[in-house]
Amino acid sequence: MKKRLVLWIVVSLFIAGGVSLLASTHPDGYEKTGEQLGFIDRATSYLHSPLPDYAIPGVHSWLSTSLAGILGVAITFVLFLLLGKMAGKRR
Amino acid sequence: MHIPDGILSPAILATGAAVSVIVLAKSVQESKKNLEQTAVPIMGVMAAFIFAAQMVNFPLLGAAASGHLIGGALAAYLFGFWPTTLIMTTVVTIQAVVFQDGGISVLGVNILNMAILAPLAATLVYKLVRKTKVPVSVMVFIAGWVSVVVTAGFAALQLGASHVVSYQLALQTLILWHVIIGIGEGVITGAVVPFARRSSFFLGVSEERLR
Repeated sequence: MKKRLVLWIVVSLFIAGGVSLLASTHPDGYEKTGEQLGFIDRATSYLHSPLPDYAIPGVHSWLSTSLAGILGVAITFVLFLLLGKMAGKRR
Repeated sequence: MHIPDGILSPAILATGAAVSVIVLAKSVQESKKNLEQTAVPIMGVMAAFIFAAQMVNFPLLGAAASGHLIGGALAAYLFGFWPTTLIMTTVVTIQAVVFQDGGISVLGVNILNMAILAPLAATLVYKLVRKTKVPVSVMVFIAGWVSVVVTAGFAALQLGASHVVSYQLALQTLILWHVIIGIGEGVITGAVVPFARRSSFFLGVSEERLR
């Protein structure tokens, strides 16, 4: 099982760090609806995130998205392990 | 489907947050009873995979718009509804806090939509379809599609209830886009499930429940 888990993490890192560079930059269905119906102009951000829009501030190349994606996969996996450990059955 | 800050009304934000807190409290209660520690790394891997897959917006041919996976139907197939809410909540929360994708004031509503309603809709499809002879690939495609369209429907109701636009316009426009985006969700879910099954990425119960 350990090998399989590692494989899935590698695939996830590849998707977030590599395939994500090919992602469409068009607005998603919600934003597109907002453009059409005129409410997307009201959108704002109350929080300044460390990696806004899946990019590393100051890094201006494909590396920016790639690293942000890799970090995101790592953070998601580690955070879920911690939460799952707490929320799961006692050993 | 990640709603930004500044669009929905405070009443809707508060209601969404309250419903999410209640459901997630129940999710934690369920996992205290039923979630084996051995399943946690598997679910963590799926959370990471869903985060990654959500980054890849696919173009909607012929339109200047895109869509991306939610992943609620995928996780619900593998792990069932309650564990899926925890997986999806982790993903949606990290997206809001670390990546500014989805507003922080809307986190409760975004969790309700993508971490609760999407997997709930998929779970209902699984419950309905599992008794028929429909192949697993078709079933997960349908569940993926339905989860996206239902979530879009609720997102439209939240816009209407916030008096942003009329219910009718919100429903028409959001559902139209997501009828198309849902095809992507269905195809990706159908493509990933066989690999996840081959990796034995399901909780025993879930598989027994479905076959």
